[in-house]
Amino acid sequence: MEKIWLVFQREYLVRVRKKSFIIMTILGPLLMALVMIVPIWLATMSDDTKVVQVLDESGYLKGKLTSTEELKFVNVPGPVERAKQEYLTTEDAALLYIPKIDLEKPQGIQLFSQKSTSLAMKSSLEKQVRQELEEVKFVNSGIDQQVLDKIKTPVSIRTVNLSEEGEKSSDVGVTTGVGFAGAFLVYLFIFIYGAQIMRGVIEEKTSRILEVMVSSVKPFQLMAGKILGIAAVGLTQFLLWIILTSAISTGVSSQFDLKRFSDAQIGQTVQGMETEREVQQAQEINELFSATQNLNVPLLIGTFLFYFLGGYLLYGALFGAVGAAVDSETDSQQFMLPITVPLILSFIVAQTIIIKNPNGPVAFWMSMIPFTSPVVMMLRMPFGVPTWELLLSMFLLMLGFIGTIWVGARIYRVGILMYGKKVNYRELSKWLFYKG
Amino acid sequence: MQTESLSLSFNPSPTAKLLQPILQIQGVSKRYEAHQALDKVSFEVPTGSIFGLLGPNGAGKTSLIRIITQITAPDEGQVLFEGQPLRPHHVQQIGYLPEERGLYKKMKVGEQLLYLARLRGLEKADATQRIKVWADRLDLKTWLNKNVEDLSKGMQQKVQFIATVLHEPKLLILDEPFSGFDPVNANLIRDEIMKLRDQGCTVIFSTHRMESVEQMCDDIAMIHNSQKVLEGSLKEVKSRYRTQTFHVEGTGKLLVMSPDFKVLTQTQHGDRFEAEVQLEPEVGPSQLLRYLTERVEVHGFLEKLPSIHDIFIQTVNQK
Repeated sequence: MEKIWLVFQREYLVRVRKKSFIIMTILGPLLMALVMIVPIWLATMSDDTKVVQVLDESGYLKGKLTSTEELKFVNVPGPVERAKQEYLTTEDAALLYIPKIDLEKPQGIQLFSQKSTSLAMKSSLEKQVRQELEEVKFVNSGIDQQVLDKIKTPVSIRTVNLSEEGEKSSDVGVTTGVGFAGAFLVYLFIFIYGAQIMRGVIEEKTSRILEVMVSSVKPFQLMAGKILGIAAVGLTQFLLWIILTSAISTGVSSQFDLKRFSDAQIGQTVQGMETEREVQQAQEINELFSATQNLNVPLLIGTFLFYFLGGYLLYGALFGAVGAAVDSETDSQQFMLPITVPLILSFIVAQTIIIKNPNGPVAFWMSMIPFTSPVVMMLRMPFGVPTWELLLSMFLLMLGFIGTIWVGARIYRVGILMYGKKVNYRELSKWLFYKG
Repeated sequence: MQTESLSLSFNPSPTAKLLQPILQIQGVSKRYEAHQALDKVSFEVPTGSIFGLLGPNGAGKTSLIRIITQITAPDEGQVLFEGQPLRPHHVQQIGYLPEERGLYKKMKVGEQLLYLARLRGLEKADATQRIKVWADRLDLKTWLNKNVEDLSKGMQQKVQFIATVLHEPKLLILDEPFSGFDPVNANLIRDEIMKLRDQGCTVIFSTHRMESVEQMCDDIAMIHNSQKVLEGSLKEVKSRYRTQTFHVEGTGKLLVMSPDFKVLTQTQHGDRFEAEVQLEPEVGPSQLLRYLTERVEVHGFLEKLPSIHDIFIQTVNQK
C-alpha cells in the first residue's frame, strides 16, 4: 500500500506540475466560456435588418406584413419584370412576389434573391404569409377578429413522472441534457486519461526505468499507483474547471445582463402577468427550474462518480496493458481498436436509440455490460432507472474492472520487461498464464 | 537489520569464506516457452566478496539475476539469502543496477533519487541526507536540481549508481556497471565498489570486460548455454587452467634441446633472450630452472597463468 501511495504521489505531482496541465486547466474554462459567449455575442450583434421588397398583386397582404427587427418590408410597384430589374440594382435581401392567387390554392408565390436565402428567412416569410391569408379566409367566412383571438389557445404540455413517491415534474429536454452531459464527461475522461496511462507506461518502457523499478516495486503496485494517480489528475482538472467555469460564467452573465434579463422577466410576470405570451414564458422557465430541481441530484452525482471511476478503472487497466505490450505508440493501434470500439459504440448508440427509448432493451443490455454501462447508464439515470437494475449494473461493472485489472496486471507484468518483440493477441493470451 | 549489517566489519575474501554464503543458488531452472533460459544452475556467492558472473550473451545471466531480484520466479530450485529462502522483504537488502537502465527524463535528479530510495523503504529525511552525501562523493551536487535529460550519459550513469546503493544493500548486483563511463569516471566507480566491498557489501558483478574481472573479482562463476560451467575463486580457476607454461628471460644464448621442455616462442636480441617454455606433464618447474641455470644466466622466471579472457574463450569454444 505504501508503495502504491508513493507511485501515486509521483504520477500525480509530475503531471499536475506540467505546463500542459496548467495551460489546459486555464484554457478549458476559457473555451467553455467562449462557447457560451459567442452565441450571445452573435445574437446581440445580430445581423442588420434585412430589407425584403414585396410586390403584392393579389392585394391580400397590403400593409399587413409587419416589419420586425430582422425583416423590414417595403412595397414596390409591379409588374414583376420591372420589379426584378430594379431589385437587382438595390442591395436588399430579397424580393417577395405574390401574384394574383386563388385563396383556396395559393400558388406561384416566389422569392427572388441575389444570394441564396436562409432557411430561417424562408420559413419566417412562409409563416407570415400563411397567417395573413388564413386571417383573410376567417374574415371571409364571417368570423371576426375578436372571436379569432379568443380561439387561439396556447398549449404547453407539462410532463410529470408518476411514481409511488409522488409526482415530479420532468422536462424531457433537461433530462436528456443532463444525461448526455454525464455520459459525455465519462466518455471524454476515459479517453483522455486512459490514453495518458498508456503513454506513461510506454514512456517508462522506452526510458528503461522499469527495469530499475521492478526490483523494488511489484508491477501491480506500479500499475495501480499510476492508474490512481492519473485518475486524481483528471478529477483535479475537472474540479478546477468547474470552479473556474462557474467563476467565469458569473462574470460573463453579469457582463451581459443575462441574469437581470431573466430575473426581470420572472418578476414582471409575477407582478403583472400582462399578456398570455409572458405568462407562457414564465411557465416554461418555471418548469425548467422545477424539472432541474426535481432531478435527484445527490443520486445523480453519486452514480456519476461511481461510473466515472468504474469506467475509468475498467478501461485504464486495459490501456495500461496495451502500453506494456508495445514498444512505441505507433504499435499500439492494433490493440487500441478493440478497446475503443465499445466505448465509441456506446456513445453513438446512446445518441440515437437510447435517447428515443431510454428504457428499451438496447438501453437495458448496454447499461448492464460493463464495457458500455458507464456511458449508457449515465444517459439513462436522469430518466429514472429501477433500483435493481442500477445495483446489478454497478455490481457487474465492479466485476468488470476487477477482471480487466487482473488481465491488465498480468499482461503488464510480462510486457514491461519485454523489449523489441512484436506481440500479437496469441502471445498476449499466453502471458496471462505465465507463472510468477 | 540494516544497522546490524553495518556494525559487522568483514574482512575481504579469505576469512569471509568462513561465513555463511550470502547467496546460495540451488538447482535453479527457468523456461520461457521453447527456450530453456537456466538449466539446474547451482553455486554460492561468498559473503563479502566481489563475485564475477560471466557468460556470453544470451547465456542466461539476466534470467538468473531477475530470479535473484525476485522479478521472476524459478520453475525449479530455490535461492537462499543468508540461508533463508528468498522473500519479498529481502529486496530491501539487494541493490540492482540493470544493464538496460534509465531514469525519468523529465524529473529532477534529486527528486528521482528520493523517489527510488523511498520505494526501497528509506524514510524521507534519511534518504535526503544520504543523497547529499553521495552527491558530494560523486561530484553531482550542482546537478541535483536539474532535469535528468540535461545530464550527460556518464552523469546519468552516476545517478543510477547512487540510486542502486543509497539504501546500503548487503548485496549489490551490477550488470555492466562501467558502460557509458570515461576511464576517469570508471575508475571512480571502481573505487567506490571496492570501498563498498570493504565495508562488508557483497557485489555480484556481471560484465564482458575481462580486465575488470581480473582486477576486481575474488570469485567467479560462468554460465554458458543455460548451465553453470565454471565456479570458484579467481586464483583457483586460473590454476585449474594452468598449462605448465613459464616465461623466462636472461642473458646468454638459449638453446633448449630436451624432450622434457617445449619452447613455444623465443626471441633473441644480441645477448638477451626471452622465451615461453611449456613443461611436459610429469616435469616440474625446478627441473626447468636447473636446466636453464646450467646453460644461461636467468633474470626472470615466472609461471604464465592463463588470463580470464583466455579461459572464457576456451570454455565457450569447448562446449
